[in-house]
Amino acid sequence: MSGDPWIWIGAVLTLMIFSFLYKDNPFYKFGEHLFVGVANGYYIVYYWHNALKPNLFEPLSAGQFLYVVPLLLGLLYFTRFIPRISWLVRIPIGFTIGWGAGLSIPAYFQADVLRQLEGTVVTPATFSNTLHGIYAVIILIGVACTLIYFYFSREHKGVLGSASKLGIMFIMIGFGASFGYTVMARVSLLIGRIQFLLGPWLGLID
Amino acid sequence: MKRRLPLAICFIMGLVMIVQFFIPHPTSLAFSSVIYKWIIVLMAFALVLAIGNLIRHHGEKIRRRKEDWPYSIVTLAGMVAMAAIGLTWGIASDSLYQKIFLNVMAPLGGTMFALLAYYMASAAYRAFRARSLEATLLLVSAFIVMIGFMPFGQYLHPRFPAFAEWIMTVPNMASQRGILLGVAFGSIATALKIILGIERSWLGGKD
Repeated sequence: MSGDPWIWIGAVLTLMIFSFLYKDNPFYKFGEHLFVGVANGYYIVYYWHNALKPNLFEPLSAGQFLYVVPLLLGLLYFTRFIPRISWLVRIPIGFTIGWGAGLSIPAYFQADVLRQLEGTVVTPATFSNTLHGIYAVIILIGVACTLIYFYFSREHKGVLGSASKLGIMFIMIGFGASFGYTVMARVSLLIGRIQFLLGPWLGLID
Repeated sequence: MKRRLPLAICFIMGLVMIVQFFIPHPTSLAFSSVIYKWIIVLMAFALVLAIGNLIRHHGEKIRRRKEDWPYSIVTLAGMVAMAAIGLTWGIASDSLYQKIFLNVMAPLGGTMFALLAYYMASAAYRAFRARSLEATLLLVSAFIVMIGFMPFGQYLHPRFPAFAEWIMTVPNMASQRGILLGVAFGSIATALKIILGIERSWLGGKD
């Protein structure tokens, strides 16, 4: 058994969370509330050291007074607590939302539209390896049929109906695969925790 | 004024960021970098607001002695302690802050997500029924991927893991790509609606 107090803390907290498998109990609630508190404390420190200090206070103390602008914009968030001028909170929100929306249009177009279409298009070069060529054709059919399934401007009848039915089959295979993959990721986390309890804590395995 | 000014700021910022993307000049890149730093600062201020709300919520719970109020003390004490430790002694790799992260936060977070393995499996057992062709496809593909990614899979059949990999890279890829394209078009349309002031729900309130 480990003599390291940190290992003991980790093991006891792990068991506290696992106790929820029996039923909701005070040990689980303690672990859950501690997690929320510590995670918030973690992000306070993280944002101080990685956001506010290098991007606001250091430039300001170096005489870059342009950074007064984000300081003032940031302070406007707190006008939310003063009913008479609470509408001013919309200014930093509008600034951030406008920035995000503007940035996302070309970013989505480049990464999620052009790149994905580029990967889907079948050219004669795709058939340099026959098997890969066949797979590429299956992917092309799958992408087209999936998109047709989500096309609601026309009734799904005839060719559109058949393509839509094929699309839902691809979607179901995709959902099943994603589900299986997610379960396996969670199972690997579970194995990790069990390994921690049996290894570093109890010393039963190497 | 109360609505027009924020809408104008949103429109200008959106337009500037779109135009900036197509001008790879050093001045344009420097401008983008400065704005990005400002946004990081604004997000930090938003976090301060969120922390304030958390303190208010749990403080109120403790003050009124509501149900489970002692756990609110645990939340607030954990937050204050972690913040004080990180702000006082720093965040170096051998600091107390990192030790707490590794031995308190990581085990708690990891175990919570590990619990989901059990709940997902039990929910799947109750919900997954091969009632139609589509449901059967979902069930079979989930089963093949789960078994294929386990060492046990290759004992069932040596080509099982390769088949699971094929499902992930061909039919799964096709459907995910289709969905991704749909999401991208939807997101672009929503972003345009926000910039042009058609979508205004973010303004909240009436006046």
